[in-house]
Amino acid sequence: MENIVQRVRKIVAEQLGVNEADIKNESSFVDDLGADSLDTVELVMALEEEFECEIPDEEAEKITTVQQAIDYVSAHLKA
Amino acid sequence: MTRRRVVVTGLGIISPVGNTVATAWDNIVNGRSGITRVTRFDASSLPTQIAGEVKGFDVAAYLSPKEARRFDTFIHYGLAAAIDAIKDAGIEPRPANAERIGVCIGSGIGGLPMIEETKDAIAAGGARKISPFFVPGSIINMISGLLSINYGFQGPNFATVSACATGNHAIGEAQRLIEYGDADIMVAGGAESTVSLLGMGGFCSAKALSTRNDDPAGASRPWDSGRDGFVLGEGAGILVLEEYEHAKARGAKIYAEVAGYGMSSDAYHVTAPAEGGEGAARSMTNALRNGRTTLEEVDYVNAHGTSTGLGDIAETRAVKRCFGEDKAHKLAISSTKSMTGHLLGAAAGIEAVFTIMAIQSQIAPPTINLIDPDPACDLDYVPNVARPMTINAAISNSFGFGGTNSTLVFRKV
Repeated sequence: MENIVQRVRKIVAEQLGVNEADIKNESSFVDDLGADSLDTVELVMALEEEFECEIPDEEAEKITTVQQAIDYVSAHLKA
Repeated sequence: MTRRRVVVTGLGIISPVGNTVATAWDNIVNGRSGITRVTRFDASSLPTQIAGEVKGFDVAAYLSPKEARRFDTFIHYGLAAAIDAIKDAGIEPRPANAERIGVCIGSGIGGLPMIEETKDAIAAGGARKISPFFVPGSIINMISGLLSINYGFQGPNFATVSACATGNHAIGEAQRLIEYGDADIMVAGGAESTVSLLGMGGFCSAKALSTRNDDPAGASRPWDSGRDGFVLGEGAGILVLEEYEHAKARGAKIYAEVAGYGMSSDAYHVTAPAEGGEGAARSMTNALRNGRTTLEEVDYVNAHGTSTGLGDIAETRAVKRCFGEDKAHKLAISSTKSMTGHLLGAAAGIEAVFTIMAIQSQIAPPTINLIDPDPACDLDYVPNVARPMTINAAISNSFGFGGTNSTLVFRKV
């Protein structure tokens, strides 16, 4: 679990060009981390790549915070 | 209406012979080639395995890792050269006269490597693997777009696309916008980066490239009887153009005047030039007329000179057709492509920089590798060694696939 949190935070930092120290679990990609609509699409693609999963568009739209990304990945990670 | 005068107040370059104007010009006047074996990709399946690659370029000095990842290499080069040119001109971001500043930076082909990589990603993982930045990261006008966003330049903003004539068309159109009052400052030039399997492979299939793989530095040899095609290069050459009174009023350093701009079309063939150089001659004649420059005033010609069998002969004929046999033989004509290779849409950009530096330093750069001149090419091509000489007015030619021709006239101020 700890590992997933770290990996998600690392990807968010890389994709959005922000310092990992500035990322909180409750951070919203758009409101707190300066992402626009293209950034969030790219972020979801990076999560898919990292965790080798496919996130359907209707699910991706609901992932708007770091915590939601962690939750989604934790629930759907392949064993 | 009186046409306003346009001068050059900033220069920037990323090229196979160096990533600063000082380094690149030093290599050019000393006849050093920037052509090497291809390192960017595995070229072993191609008949040509040499290119003029940009070396030692650190994108991190110009772009954040996030931006660098999203935009293709030609955009990196174009932005970097433009940022250097703007800095050289002493223009700060978000200036008070931002509405009067525009950008016109073109590319011949644009984001070919990104198109290639994206197709590979689709083959491996389907359409879901297409980045949301694929379109903005590969389209040709994005250098102009990003510059306007990053600097707040709110004037005219576009790009030209005319194959290997792109850079001259960009600079010429930008000059005209200033001349007619649509802007006071324009950042203009060309960028290209297609040293990839698809880019080089395409030119190989067209039989356009030299296959002198065992002698990279000797492969680009305009007007030499041993020439066997051009060498693909990459990079960007960018100028800051400014209305003359505007530049004087702010005490800007003035490199030269962009005195004239001419264009024409061969209306002949998709890749081959009109054999008598008719189209190229019209381009030069139009530029001189536009620049109110007489034939006698021209001292130096930075030629298109790509090192192709037909092109070098056609340009020689074109110079004679435009200037007349006598004056043609008195001109110093050189092809800096003998050292840089052919940068396609960026070629006229870097060659504008070299032409301006020739006027600044009063030195005609050499054509290297000109050992055994083709009998059909009998003009003074400044063979192998640079020549100190008086250069008051110079022209720079660029011609492209599709039979498009463009010429700029530069003058000492």
